[in-house]
Amino acid sequence: MTAGTESRQADRRPQRRVLAFIAILVAVIVLWEGYKLLGRATGGVWPFTETEMRPRPGNNSMPHVWDVVTSLFGPVRRGGEPLIVALAVATFYTLREAVVGFLVGGLVGFVIGVMFVRSRTAERAFMPYVVASQTIPIIAIAPMVVIWGRRLDAPGWMAVSIIAAYLTFFPVAINTVRGLRSPEPTATELFHSYAASPWERLWKLQVPSALPYIFTALKISAAASVVGAIVGELPAGFGEGLGRALLQFNQVFAADPSKLYAAVFMAAIGGLIFVGVVSLAERLTLPSGVRGAEL
Amino acid sequence: MDFIVDAQKLSKTFSGRSGTVEALSDIDLQIEPGEFVSLIGPSGCGKSTLLRLIGELLHPSAGRLIVNGKDPHQARLDGDYGIAFQSATLLEWRTVLRNVELPLELADVDAHGRRSRAEELLAMVGLSDFVDHYPWQLSGGMQQRVAIARALGQRPPLLLMDEPFGALDEMTRESMQQELMRIWRDTGTTVVFVTHSIPEAVFLSTRTIVMSSRPGRITHRIDIDLPQPRQFEIRESPRFFELLTEVREALRQGEKLS
Repeated sequence: MTAGTESRQADRRPQRRVLAFIAILVAVIVLWEGYKLLGRATGGVWPFTETEMRPRPGNNSMPHVWDVVTSLFGPVRRGGEPLIVALAVATFYTLREAVVGFLVGGLVGFVIGVMFVRSRTAERAFMPYVVASQTIPIIAIAPMVVIWGRRLDAPGWMAVSIIAAYLTFFPVAINTVRGLRSPEPTATELFHSYAASPWERLWKLQVPSALPYIFTALKISAAASVVGAIVGELPAGFGEGLGRALLQFNQVFAADPSKLYAAVFMAAIGGLIFVGVVSLAERLTLPSGVRGAEL
Repeated sequence: MDFIVDAQKLSKTFSGRSGTVEALSDIDLQIEPGEFVSLIGPSGCGKSTLLRLIGELLHPSAGRLIVNGKDPHQARLDGDYGIAFQSATLLEWRTVLRNVELPLELADVDAHGRRSRAEELLAMVGLSDFVDHYPWQLSGGMQQRVAIARALGQRPPLLLMDEPFGALDEMTRESMQQELMRIWRDTGTTVVFVTHSIPEAVFLSTRTIVMSSRPGRITHRIDIDLPQPRQFEIRESPRFFELLTEVREALRQGEKLS
């Protein structure tokens, strides 16, 4: 009934979380540059051995952090807009597809969860298919969805959103089932004693009890939907999103690795923003005593 | 005299993978309006099962059961009883006030009526200053008082309580018993109270039903003739100790039978 006091204390000190985030970022940069320094000192082998350092610490595969930052503010191509602007536009485009997929997938996952809890038969019959759907690699599904979308004359982003939804619905469905079954037996008896209808029990007992579980799933799904959208953009073959940018910079990686790193960095920022928005929604929805996994 | 609970030859068997268990066998029990009846017995004697049959949370395997002059199903639909469990079972996302409002909400009482009734109930259990608190901000005893207030929402003629003070420390427990006595007197409701504490049964009840296990059945019915209203000091009277002994002996005899 009572949630840990730790999470409540953490809420009171948001600056601590920001500091921790920055500290880890700095640590990663120090490790990255330290590894490069070490490589330069030993000529690319581990100290006192003949073993080559992998990945190679040279600028060709591991550009300096400041080079990545500089390239963000440099033009995409000669005379073009700055890379950061192009990437921001691409990230926004991809996030939009991800959000649509996330909403559709979240809704589908929730409905599946409710269905399974209402009917054990439905759960037994459909659960294996739901699980199987997630063992098929998204790389295999994505081109099919894109081709079907084209045949139906659907706009390209729609196919991408469906791919994002495909990755989203599963965690939501599984956690909805768990959450809806989470009320203690006496709570169910209590509602029975009030002669509450199954519908009233669902909305006034089971769904509120499930919210911490569902929000945990939504955070996983938010991140997954960004991956789904990026992967979906590859076979869709249109140039506006992050997927295309990643593919393009991958091809010029040998010549200019910093661009790909910059794109990866922006994709991560996009995912963080999305998950952050979901966390904020959770914070606003649940009273502080009943929050799900902190993120 | 119409009984508020009338059980005749009531039996309940549970069947599971490991065979069937006779939880209750041949229960005859009549409870008059205004009584405070405790069900006491060892674990597995079916006292909670009997309470759940009265509340139609379970269905009897055989026998006849009338609650408030009706079929238990109809009695449940009519909100003829309030119920409280050992775990307060408060909805943690609702404030204290909204928890007490819950049964009224489900009975389609309008918002204003709900609020004023819930405030009245919380005043009765001494929690007027905590209406906007969340359950996790309250002590175990306070949570249980909220649960009792909630159970009394629709002024039910019958209050079913399943070891409501079982998880509380001794001090809190005694003050809760005192409070329950007051509420019982003030509301005039009939109480069926499951416990495995002998002093609790003796202090609270007008009648104590002693049960034994395998199969669950009633072995003794002991009238508790301590004067009303009962105050704390009654626990130190010679008659209180005599009754403790009587209930304890009845429990031991019941154990030997099974």
